[in-house]
Amino acid sequence: MLERKDIDNLANLARIALSDTEKDKLQKDMESILGYMSELQKAPGLTEGHLPEDYYLRNVMREDTEPFESGANTDTILSQAPKRKDNYFVVKKILDN
Amino acid sequence: MKIDLQNLTIKKAHEAMGRGDFTAVELASAYLKEIKTKNGELNAYLEVFADVREQAEMADRMIKGGKADILTGIPIAVKDNILIKGRIASAASKMLENYQATYNATVIEKLKKRGVIFLGRTNMDEFAMGGSTENSAYGPTKNPHDPTRVSGGTSGGSTAAVGGNLALGALGSDTGGSIRQPAAFCGVVGLKPTYGTVSRYGLMAMASSLDQIGPIAKTVADAEIIYKAIRGRDSYDSTSFNLPKPASARGSSEARKIRIGVPESFLNRGGIDQAVIDNFRLTLKKLEQAGCEIKTVEVPNLHYSLSCYYVLMFAEASTNLARFDGVRYGAHLAGQDLLEDYMKTRGEKFGREVRRRIMLGTYVLSAGYYDAYYNKANQVRELIRRDYAKAFETVDVVATPTAPTPAFEIGKNTSDPLQMYLEDIFTVPINIAGIPGLSVPTGFTTPEPSAEAGKRLPLAIQIVSAWRQDDILLTLGKIIEACQT
Repeated sequence: MLERKDIDNLANLARIALSDTEKDKLQKDMESILGYMSELQKAPGLTEGHLPEDYYLRNVMREDTEPFESGANTDTILSQAPKRKDNYFVVKKILDN
Repeated sequence: MKIDLQNLTIKKAHEAMGRGDFTAVELASAYLKEIKTKNGELNAYLEVFADVREQAEMADRMIKGGKADILTGIPIAVKDNILIKGRIASAASKMLENYQATYNATVIEKLKKRGVIFLGRTNMDEFAMGGSTENSAYGPTKNPHDPTRVSGGTSGGSTAAVGGNLALGALGSDTGGSIRQPAAFCGVVGLKPTYGTVSRYGLMAMASSLDQIGPIAKTVADAEIIYKAIRGRDSYDSTSFNLPKPASARGSSEARKIRIGVPESFLNRGGIDQAVIDNFRLTLKKLEQAGCEIKTVEVPNLHYSLSCYYVLMFAEASTNLARFDGVRYGAHLAGQDLLEDYMKTRGEKFGREVRRRIMLGTYVLSAGYYDAYYNKANQVRELIRRDYAKAFETVDVVATPTAPTPAFEIGKNTSDPLQMYLEDIFTVPINIAGIPGLSVPTGFTTPEPSAEAGKRLPLAIQIVSAWRQDDILLTLGKIIEACQT
């Protein structure tokens, strides 16, 4: 069963600030949703792994060639940044002195 | 001249413009006028583009210059999670309220070359999470057949636009039914092609192993025209591929050759509206009379689809939406430090359902539960895929209703997320298996509260075929349409 501290942990992991009321509601909703999803445990397992005829699963490789010209898209992409300085995204300092 | 939008199809519009009955500018103007009258109530469009006229003038030049093809000058609507360079693409989220796309989606690139006119961007459930377009940060889209009811979701803006004659066709995206279910609710045709046939480049990722772009249109023939224009391998999407040339015999419209399987034991599990079941049985009877063979088929693990789907979708969505950090693009809210920037931005700019799904995804992917949920779901996914492969050894198509109910009242399911998820029961297995599905209108029902207002709600059948056998769905879809008249 989900406890309140689980909800706190998940919210921290997911980097989402949640109000206490929302956490209460989430705890209830998630329990009923996960309760339904746990039906999966009754499903049979996959006895043999992927089969040779599992055609849709294969790696798609390509040569690492023809890159975009360096800097060609920089300005377009940075135009959408909340904060930029020259050709950089601006974030708060993450290391103490 | 007055253009009869109600009975217009892509083919008819193309011919009329070729003959000079009306121009692309006149056609686009007719739609803009209709949008102006109706969109206030329906809320199908979040934005109508300011340059529709210029786009139409360009199309007219193509037509005059003899460079037109069937899609030139055809006005379509685009779901708000498909990128058009320089235009806002918000996924109906506050997170991307002011985000301007920095490149064109491949589907847009393809349609643009043909002179398609993009009328505007359509409403949806935020980041394509929902089943009714009520999760939009910009208010729900109303059903054109009864504005007290939902349009379905998540491509509800696109289907309401086509169903309400505010566009001649539309693009949607489908992760667990988001094209087919709203198409059913709005009385239009919706196709979820085989995973990989249409490039996802430029579609905002929700659950990448399930997402697929597809067409929404008034007729199967129109959906086919758009589908054939957008499909094909794209070097920017390594999961995309070209379909092999169809084997000669199939694809002809000889109905007697089509074998339709009905998963009876799945339908008998209950939870389906009586009007939906009755309409479905009637449609099967008509198809039998039209020469199709109807038989019972077993898809033994089908009832695990919903749990399987939601576990995978939560996991992939929480992963995909980790990119919204308030640093690179989209909204930014400032806190004390970088961590608080993330927490505040994501806590306030994601809507309730998005936050819920990210939390659920974080849970199913966490160390203690990974095997029980995510790994198990991947195994069940493979079982379901094999069940279908086996079923398609004896039938060409599997049929069910598209949704267990007709369009429901706005607000009815919003407080109970699980109830909302159950609406996807028939559509999610198709995404799990990566196979194609088509929803085709099959008439109307008049439920109690609507009866006195004289309102009718559309119903639909969903047909599903084997991997890469999309063409047979189009063939059978046209037969279903012919049975309706």
